[in-house]
Amino acid sequence: MNKLNYFKLVIPAKSANEGFSRAAVAAFTALADPTVEELSDVKTAVSEAVTNCIVHAYKEKEGLIYIDACFFENGCVRIKIRDRGCGITDVKKAREALFTTAGDERSGLGFTVMESFSDKLTVRSKPGAGTTVTITKYIKGKNDAH
Amino acid sequence: MEITFANSVMTASLTGEIDHHSAKEMREKIDFELIKRKPSKLILDFSGVTFMDSSGVGLVMGRYKKCSAIECRTSVTGLRERDKKIMKMSGLINVVEFI
Ligand SMILES: Nc1ncnc2c1ncn2[C@@H]1O[C@H](COP(=O)(O)OP(=O)(O)OP(=O)(O)O)[C@@H](O)[C@H]1O
Ligand SMILES: [Mg+2]
Repeated sequence: MNKLNYFKLVIPAKSANEGFSRAAVAAFTALADPTVEELSDVKTAVSEAVTNCIVHAYKEKEGLIYIDACFFENGCVRIKIRDRGCGITDVKKAREALFTTAGDERSGLGFTVMESFSDKLTVRSKPGAGTTVTITKYIKGKNDAH
Repeated sequence: MEITFANSVMTASLTGEIDHHSAKEMREKIDFELIKRKPSKLILDFSGVTFMDSSGVGLVMGRYKKCSAIECRTSVTGLRERDKKIMKMSGLINVVEFI
């Protein structure tokens, strides 16, 4: 599939960058002429993935988050969010709704939210090496005749 | 965010974007007042919220637990449709009043 546009972003895993990273991906996705709903879906999914890098992968310590976004000819936007943090031992378990390894302030819904707001979600992880989350969203856009 | 009191009802009017970063300050402010004033009801008003992810659910969940410990009821108002959808993915709908 022909890549129409792409961008890469490397940012330190600081919580202040959660808002920046989802805004950056939203600005990029906006070039694909999405509906307000589609844009919000992408923003929410990216926010979940980036937050997981900060909260879980690096556990609020230093580290880098690698974001790689592409827009394809068929209207598909693909966003890869990668960390070199602690990794996930059991990805299947981690993806279950309400599963969390963090305390009272986390609901364990991040992956469930990412799944429900995207068309496809893949999670690749290696304990001790890091995690890559790939969010795929088909932008039908404002000009779609339904 | 603004916190107001009427009799023993505490209302926290949340504004802007709720994520893991911004939720921290909201949580600290709400919990400080909760402990100090021990209201009988906490209303979390989301009508000024322009974005939230699962951190919004965590914020409600955490406050619900704190409130339960001091026999305070928790209520959530002003959620946008998409945020209501996220809240519903949790079990909160069974224990917290959503208006
Ligand atoms: N990038 C990551 N690196 C390491 N562990 C991760 C990563 N992302 C998720 N996890 C693990 O998977 C679990 C589930 O993640 P999920 O985002 O669904 O829930 P949560 O982050 O715990 O809570 P919430 O997202 O609702 O605040 C986490 O508790 C954590 O153990
Ligand atoms: Mg999460």
